[in-house]
Amino acid sequence: MHATNLATAPASKVNYEPKVFDLSKITLREFNQALHSIQDGTNATSWEVINPKGSHAVAAGAEHPISIDVKGSVGYYCGGMNQKSTITVHGSAGPGVGENMMSGTIVVKGDASQYAGATGRGGLLVIEGNASSRCGISMKGINIVVRGNIGHMSAFMAQSGNLVVLGDAGDAFGDSIYEARLFVRGKVKSLGADCIEKEMRPEHIEILKDLLAKAGITDVKPEEFKRYGSARTLYNFNIDNADAY
Amino acid sequence: MCGIVGLFLKDKKLEPQLGALLSEMLVTMTDRGPDSAGIAIYGNGAKGHGKITIQSPNPEADFQGLDAELSKKIGTKVSSIVKSTHAVFDVPVAKLEEARAAIAELRPNARVMGSGEAIEIYKEVGLPAEVVKRFDVTKMSGSHGIGHTRMATESAVTTLGAHPFSTGPDQCLVHNGSLSNHNNLRREMIRDGMRFETENDTEVAAAYLSSKIAHGQNLGEALESSLNDLDGFFTFVVGTKNGFGVVRDPIACKPAVMAETDQYVAFGSEYRALANLPGIENARVWEPEPSTVYFWEH
Repeated sequence: MHATNLATAPASKVNYEPKVFDLSKITLREFNQALHSIQDGTNATSWEVINPKGSHAVAAGAEHPISIDVKGSVGYYCGGMNQKSTITVHGSAGPGVGENMMSGTIVVKGDASQYAGATGRGGLLVIEGNASSRCGISMKGINIVVRGNIGHMSAFMAQSGNLVVLGDAGDAFGDSIYEARLFVRGKVKSLGADCIEKEMRPEHIEILKDLLAKAGITDVKPEEFKRYGSARTLYNFNIDNADAY
Repeated sequence: MCGIVGLFLKDKKLEPQLGALLSEMLVTMTDRGPDSAGIAIYGNGAKGHGKITIQSPNPEADFQGLDAELSKKIGTKVSSIVKSTHAVFDVPVAKLEEARAAIAELRPNARVMGSGEAIEIYKEVGLPAEVVKRFDVTKMSGSHGIGHTRMATESAVTTLGAHPFSTGPDQCLVHNGSLSNHNNLRREMIRDGMRFETENDTEVAAAYLSSKIAHGQNLGEALESSLNDLDGFFTFVVGTKNGFGVVRDPIACKPAVMAETDQYVAFGSEYRALANLPGIENARVWEPEPSTVYFWEH
């Protein structure tokens, strides 16, 4: 065997090349299993998925601080339950992107279908295109930034976290909302039950400034947004409303 | 669930591939509904010719000699092509209604799937791949087509409960969702003279549109009316002789993705169904808005 002169050989290379998974060649389950088999402290921190072709549950349940670049459009529940990972979808996402994510970041370069970020408990979800209906439904601490518009019934029963929309919001925005903060720069088609416009205070400007920066948005100012939230009239049962039940 | 696909070609060069493209789209949607599958393909026959697609639970017995009997009964020569449980009869357009009535009389167990100048409908219980193979759909050409794979909710898993439903000449409809006021609407339409083959909610939606069209509305107007009169969840894709339409209910929880290029307009319940279409990388891909009628015509 030819001996290598260690003095002149290049230092053993850490694998900085992304690990590439071609979903036209392996099954989605194989890819997700590889993702779930990562050990803490891995050096393989750069992952890439090609040919997703609308597959469901791509990179669902990721739980390590790695970056995953998905080259193409995905179907249902991409990045669901994400923890710590940074997932970038270079395409559009189907229903439920980032559903119940706990932490980390998901960026969708295209549009997102319905219930993006539903029930999310933490982390940052950025939609660079539009999000359709029920964006941020029942959100519980997640931060969502949408560069375009969002559809009807968005932030329905939203409990906590921030939803930032640079475009317009559809009908019944923030219906039955609890304590999430909603910021919209464009028009709101209609507000849902118990959702009202609220005063923008300095602390809200700070929140917006921070979220816009984290989402890489530099061309709009926090002062251009309006804030919406709960009027808190539906919190407790009121006998006068009995007929409504 | 249920899976819907649709393809409306703008570029005539793609027409020979319509069946193959639509079949692949439909098979991709198999896991949205494995009960039964169906496909409607629009392809113009020779001028003055019409088509009647019939289905029989006993195709060998029912289709045997039917050409000759039908020719004799309506006094003009008809021919047919048998594909598994279905047969497509070539009948002069002017004789379509007469031929339909004659078939019902000659073969009471056979069911008319659809008729018109361009439409052919094939549907059966089973997986999309089986249904596509059984009727040799991949070899079919045409200008537009609609496919459906069903996960039954409102009525039994039978051939007649499969989609597409056709309740008027060259009309068909597929549905993802469920209607809650279909019994009432069915009663009203029966009073108005419409006939129903099943207890299925989607058949009511199809008949509703046919009835509106028969009363003078165009398809776009009929779809607008459906938003007021149909209660429930629906994403509909409809076909007419020259047209292709899409509408979703105001809640719009049943998924829908569309893509448009210079060559086609395509519909899928999911993007997966569209992912292998030619030129999809550069297509305009969007989600149809709730309560909004989309309609294309040749």
